[in-house]
Amino acid sequence: MSSERTRILVVDDEEIVRESLGGWLEKDGYSVATAPGGAAALDRVRAEPWSIAIVDLKMPGVDGMQVLEQAKKAQPDLAVVIMTAYATVDTAVAAMKLGAYDYLVKPFDPEELSLMMQKIVSQQALVRENAVLRRALKQEYRFRDLVSKSPAMQAIFELARTASRANSTILVLGESGSGKEVLARAIHQESPRAQGPFVAVSCAALTESLLESELFGHEKGAFTGAFARRKGKFEAADGGTLFLDEVGDVTPKLQLDLLRVLEERRFHRLGGNSPVDVDVRIVAATNRDLKKAVQDGRFREDLYYRLNVIPIAIPPLRQRREDIPLLVDAILERLAAEMKKPLDGVSTEAMSALMGHDWPGNVRELRNVLERGAVVCTSAIIQLSDLGLPGRAEPPAAEPSPMVSLEEVERRHVVAVLTHTGGNVSQSARILGIDRVTLYNKIKKWGLRRGSEEDGGKE
Amino acid sequence: MGPVLIGWIGEDQADLALLGQVVRGVSRAFGCEARTFEPPLTPRHALDPRRNQHASGVLLHWLVPLAPPEGRVLGITDQDLFIPILTYVFGEAQLGGAAAVVSTARLSDGVEEFGHKVLTERLIKEAVHELGHCFGLRHCLAAGCVMGRSSGVRDVDAKGRTLCADCRARLRGQ
Repeated sequence: MSSERTRILVVDDEEIVRESLGGWLEKDGYSVATAPGGAAALDRVRAEPWSIAIVDLKMPGVDGMQVLEQAKKAQPDLAVVIMTAYATVDTAVAAMKLGAYDYLVKPFDPEELSLMMQKIVSQQALVRENAVLRRALKQEYRFRDLVSKSPAMQAIFELARTASRANSTILVLGESGSGKEVLARAIHQESPRAQGPFVAVSCAALTESLLESELFGHEKGAFTGAFARRKGKFEAADGGTLFLDEVGDVTPKLQLDLLRVLEERRFHRLGGNSPVDVDVRIVAATNRDLKKAVQDGRFREDLYYRLNVIPIAIPPLRQRREDIPLLVDAILERLAAEMKKPLDGVSTEAMSALMGHDWPGNVRELRNVLERGAVVCTSAIIQLSDLGLPGRAEPPAAEPSPMVSLEEVERRHVVAVLTHTGGNVSQSARILGIDRVTLYNKIKKWGLRRGSEEDGGKE
Repeated sequence: MGPVLIGWIGEDQADLALLGQVVRGVSRAFGCEARTFEPPLTPRHALDPRRNQHASGVLLHWLVPLAPPEGRVLGITDQDLFIPILTYVFGEAQLGGAAAVVSTARLSDGVEEFGHKVLTERLIKEAVHELGHCFGLRHCLAAGCVMGRSSGVRDVDAKGRTLCADCRARLRGQ
């Protein structure tokens, strides 16, 4: 009658109970096995998966409570039903506290047993279905190690998937911690070069001469201390992908060197005479505004165009807050595996705080906050206090804004005052020191009442 | 498929007309020979005085030697039946075995209101159901199939007295 996969273990020291209950359940279509005592039951639970265990409370040796406690440790999803001859509130409460699904008072009504088994089976089916759906959903929102359901990121995944198949240079733009290197790795893994090396270099971390040697390598005796020939990152990445992080920080001399390699696909080791050919796919990244750097003369225009073949801009986390629950899930799953600690999620309060935070450090900051929470938390659910987030009393960090016109400053101030008064025009006009008609005119002029994101004008 | 013997093992006088209808119902459901038989005595030792019910397992053991070679035996009683773990059962059978037992005790609910026909209908269904277990069939989810689980008389009333196509196929496959 029920799913063939539903396996029930009947545990009782009385043979007649094992036989009659086992036989009854077997006719109901369940796959049934019996154990004559607690120790034998635990051996079976540790050896094979079971859906349900129906366990007698009073048994010599290992009793029902001990079976319940140990069995739940071995198989947390197992539904344990305790059978008892006398129903006392104490035993029932104790059993439920230890994680029993329910208890039955012997002898029990066939209808009660039947309904309980059906209920457990359908609940377990729902849990399984939920897990399958969650996995499918995660796959849907995943691009290698990146997860997102925001339309902007989905478009980026699509572009990255397409771009990964080509050999063109990719320029990844985004704030610090937004996942530029993770995206670069994903592109490499999706590319035909996936079997080749992925080599990452941070151009901001090294001095000019060190970076030069790091990128191009050197011949023996090229400079003081060059005791042997050393291959650079370009050679190390041959046949694979070279990730040039913080490329916006490269000095003018190295910009020229990079330009040459990108154009000719060959270079010289420091102190070397013969050119070295390389087959490398470049993925560069920066958190700087390269276009502006070009305008300011700090970055070579020709190099900019060489790098900017396929630009991919990752939006900061605060612009895709809908991804936070998904990221929390993915990060906790990884942390649980790394720390070998059960982490089921974060409390509702903690999630609201995570959703409300501005994340200047983006996904990296979110990961660090969750890691702290995972270390500190005392249960499988991380609480708000575990996260160590700054209090919400602080005003959110203001977006770095370019210089704006006087009118823009006025508009922003009016929006702020309207928001402060909850859209009360009279009160806002008083604060602003203008009459209501003037304020209405401004609201109309700037379209503040037409459902724009700055719509604060309701009275 | 060998014959099915159906005998009255209750305390009251046997209702031969009722037994005859069960015989016909069983024969029709399984397409086998079915006939009544007279058991040598009434199995009073199955009574559990503490529960004032008859242990269906004890009755099955008592019935097994009465089964014909290659056939099955069904005992029908008016005594309330139980298995040790449950408060009552309508009947019990050996899964894939030779013996089955059915009680009219709890099938009589509402007979005063709906008439004797209701009891006959329920008894035929439960007799076929328990014998189905003897033939190796388990409970079935198909709507109306006689092998559907019956925890109360409403469940018995809701199902038919024959096997569904799947159960018939399973029966043929055995």
